[in-house]
Amino acid sequence: MGDVLAIAEQKDGKIRSVANEVVTVAAAVAEGLGGSAHALVLGGDGVGEHAGELGTFGAEVVRVGEEAALESHVPEIHAAVIAEVVASHDYTAVLFAATAVGKDLAPRVAALVDAPLASDVTHLEVNGGRLVGIRPIYGGKLMARIGFETSPAVVSLRPNAFGADGSPASGRVEPFTPAIPDEVRTRVVDFRSAEAGAVDVSEATVIVSGGRGMRGAENWGLLEDLRNALGPGTALGASRAVVDAGWRPHSEQVGQTGKTVAPRLYFAVGISGAVQHLAGMRTSQTIVAINKDPDAPIFSVADYGIVGDVFEVLPRLTSEIAALRAEG
Amino acid sequence: MSLDIIVCVKRVPDTETRVRFSDGARMIDSEGVKYIVSPYDEFALEAAFRTTEAGGEGKVTVITLGGEESLETLRVALAAGADAAVLLRVRGSVTMDGLATAKTLAAELKTREEPLVLFGVKAGDDDQQQVGPMVATLLGRPCASSVTSFEVHEGTVRCEREVEGGTEVVELDLPAVVTLTKGAFELRYASLKGIMAAKRKPLEVKDADLPEARLTVERLDYPPERAEGRIVGEGVEAVPELVRLLRDEANVL
Ligand SMILES: Cc1cc2nc3c(=O)[nH]c(=O)nc-3n(C[C@H](O)[C@H](O)[C@H](O)COP(=O)(O)OP(=O)(O)OC[C@H]3O[C@@H](n4cnc5c(N)ncnc54)[C@H](O)[C@@H]3O)c2cc1C
Ligand SMILES: Nc1ncnc2c1ncn2[C@@H]1O[C@H](COP(=O)(O)O)[C@@H](O)[C@H]1O
Repeated sequence: MGDVLAIAEQKDGKIRSVANEVVTVAAAVAEGLGGSAHALVLGGDGVGEHAGELGTFGAEVVRVGEEAALESHVPEIHAAVIAEVVASHDYTAVLFAATAVGKDLAPRVAALVDAPLASDVTHLEVNGGRLVGIRPIYGGKLMARIGFETSPAVVSLRPNAFGADGSPASGRVEPFTPAIPDEVRTRVVDFRSAEAGAVDVSEATVIVSGGRGMRGAENWGLLEDLRNALGPGTALGASRAVVDAGWRPHSEQVGQTGKTVAPRLYFAVGISGAVQHLAGMRTSQTIVAINKDPDAPIFSVADYGIVGDVFEVLPRLTSEIAALRAEG
Repeated sequence: MSLDIIVCVKRVPDTETRVRFSDGARMIDSEGVKYIVSPYDEFALEAAFRTTEAGGEGKVTVITLGGEESLETLRVALAAGADAAVLLRVRGSVTMDGLATAKTLAAELKTREEPLVLFGVKAGDDDQQQVGPMVATLLGRPCASSVTSFEVHEGTVRCEREVEGGTEVVELDLPAVVTLTKGAFELRYASLKGIMAAKRKPLEVKDADLPEARLTVERLDYPPERAEGRIVGEGVEAVPELVRLLRDEANVL
């Protein structure tokens, strides 16, 4: 009792940094419950090579399932293997990252092990011996405090909403042989990557988002320059008006019918700040708005605002930030 | 290829509505709230219409789980073009425990023949993003989530999924479950003719059992107010001060 399982996501054979956050939360919660944190790593050959490093973030045990069939993300297979691991031990909670992969897997695992699921949680704690979570609802207009009536509870954690806390330690790696379901009715037939080297908004630590105030797709070079000046980990985002106009792809849309993001730094450039846009980005750590209209609602959530024309402000902002980063 | 399709839709507050709760309550105050078909469910509906139209035949049936008031949601879908509707009527209201909802929907779907069931990727109220894949898992059917478009072929459905870093194409064997994110289509407006025709379409009401929620809302709160922001200045002159604040005060550069 009291043990918590962290599902550590991997991509191209490497454990993703978001897994460090999930393990950190698992360790904190397990401590409160009087148990220990385990991590689960699944993938193809060699995925377990660095698995012990999850011990740094508090995983006492790292269970590693290496199997060619787990190399690509076929959700039916991954869900079945995870469910088997969950069922093999008395876990109080199972934590996923609320990434595209985690949001796809968590409900399947919850259904397989017959456990309720709280998605996209932004706070998780143990209170009076019970697990309690907080999750935004109604597009972030309300926060719901959630109690779990049964164990295990399945939870997915909003990326970037929790930190990763490391201290030198190493987890005990326990390899196991996953049972791969033989009848699979899902086949991944193709993958088309977005622009090479581009960071997805849902993974980015810094986001530069453009709105209708950018006036047209042809002006996106200005936002790309700012993104490049801000360095790796920076993604481009967009408002729905921009996506509807066909200036940018839907994969970049932030908001209620786009992605929910919580980066360290969010630039809203020429975006008015409609409620549906705010729904996707209001939990960002620091928000900067640039808009020529001093009454634009975006200023009510922005930490810092500049009232001005984006076409004047952006080039200067890019060069100042580039200069700052060049200084080191 | 033509086939019959089910679309699961949910009645949710309009995204523009201010949602409030009465003091200490665990539920929102529905007073003055306008309700709509959840936005992603609209995409799913439109995708279903286009699929049956392209196939030349095939019926679209909408299903919702909820109270009597959800009849209104079904009528909207019928007016837009759905052929039939089913209300799984529950006493009280549906909860945030998506697995309880999924079990009730799955029990109904098990009795039906439609080879393709569509969901919205997430409902506009609870934002749980779970009911579709849960239903698929309970039924033992393959599922693709966050799909922007799909094509039905003999015995399979080919889906484009929006994932981190690109677009994934997956093929599922039918019968299958697909959850829709925003694709290239908006739900058509109901025509006057559609609204009139809707009155004659089959609308079935069945009493349903909803398992007790194992995930409970203990309290609702408004999100923490963001600390009062400030306008650093006007125009390009304000840029150096902004950059200084981002570096020294916010520590984000
Ligand atoms: C069901 C539903 C779901 C929705 N989902 C989303 C969603 O997921 N994401 C989303 O973003 N929206 C969503 N919307 C749409 C939303 O309501 C707004 O229409 C949209 O966010 C507006 O985009 P915008 O801010 O780019 O455009 P606008 O509202 O037109 O704002 C443009 C801004 O640019 C400023 N501007 C113009 N020129 C300049 C200049 N030269 N310099 C500086 N500033 C300038 C203007 O002052 C204005 O504030 C949704 C709507 C509905 C009904
Ligand atoms: N009460 C319900 N009745 C019918 N469909 C529902 C209901 N709740 C959720 N759904 C479907 O499941 C999708 C995802 O909901 P959720 O997992 O709650 O975010 C919705 O977009 C609907 O398609």
